[in-house]
Amino acid sequence: MRAAALATPVTAAGKGYEPPSLEAFHFKSFFDFSVLGVQFHVTKIVTMMLFATLVIAIFFLAAFRHPRLVPGKLQAAGEIIYDFIRNSIAVDVIGREGVRFAPYLTTLFAFVFLNNLFGILPLAQVPVNSRIAFPAFLALISWVLFNYLGIQRKGFGPYFKEMLFPPGVPKPVYILLTPIEFVSTLFVRPFTLAVRLFANMFAGHIMLLVFISGTTYLLTVSNFSKAFAPVSFLMAIVLSVFEMLIIALQAYIFTILTAQYVSGALAEEH
Amino acid sequence: MSDLAAVTGSVGSLGYGLAAIGPGIGIGLIFAAYVSGVARQPEARGVLQPIALLGFALAEALALIGLVMPFVFGK
Repeated sequence: MRAAALATPVTAAGKGYEPPSLEAFHFKSFFDFSVLGVQFHVTKIVTMMLFATLVIAIFFLAAFRHPRLVPGKLQAAGEIIYDFIRNSIAVDVIGREGVRFAPYLTTLFAFVFLNNLFGILPLAQVPVNSRIAFPAFLALISWVLFNYLGIQRKGFGPYFKEMLFPPGVPKPVYILLTPIEFVSTLFVRPFTLAVRLFANMFAGHIMLLVFISGTTYLLTVSNFSKAFAPVSFLMAIVLSVFEMLIIALQAYIFTILTAQYVSGALAEEH
Repeated sequence: MSDLAAVTGSVGSLGYGLAAIGPGIGIGLIFAAYVSGVARQPEARGVLQPIALLGFALAEALALIGLVMPFVFGK
């Protein structure tokens, strides 16, 4: 008890520092409806997700509505994003066939990026992907995509045979290898894909909250502690910049891993 | 008072410290290899960068899962 009391100094009002908790991710539903008995709650997070969808749809539609040989500003912006995904992810990872998947990968990248970006945008200030349902569903789409493509390309039996019994391995090793391959391809892949994005956004948001709430707390404790409030606030700004890096990186990673799984499912047996 | 030393509060915070060791070493190794790779062959930077970032994100995810766990099982 003593250690806990030392860790959280008690103010004159008798209220110690309250670290940010899971409550920070719970939002009041301001619009409820049910379709066929399924309850839908529209919260701030859902609104932001729908807004992101709308923004991306309008942006790409407007950018490529009347494509010209010499692109205008909007078309140039759209082309930069599309070219980046097509050349450095789709073609580099999947090969020439990857051009077929470039539109989906571009949309995926833009969607994940914008939904992450809400974490540091004023007014929004909570990343949509910090609720696991969103990354989980995106990971599910990727999982269905690469398994479907693999089965479509090679047929059900050969696809699983190649996945579970990779060629060029001494026979007794399969006792160990097959269960590992089975679990890692069908269960660990979608799980880590979802949890990686979710945990990054969740942890980033918690970190920002710790320093922001720490700033306001330090301002209330004593005159001495007020001197340290700017340090905490500066740290929050530095971490926001760091978050910007993580936001872009995680969107990139999610896209490149999806491309890699697709490439693995399409690859011919060696 | 038979306890010689005791910890109160969330033990999950200790768990995070332990969980960060592995990824810390891993990320260090990844960037060490990346830096020496670029130093030896600067023109390979473009090829190495996405691989290094991918490895970084894969290793970093482990530390982040460690950070999230105390919140999930904290109470």
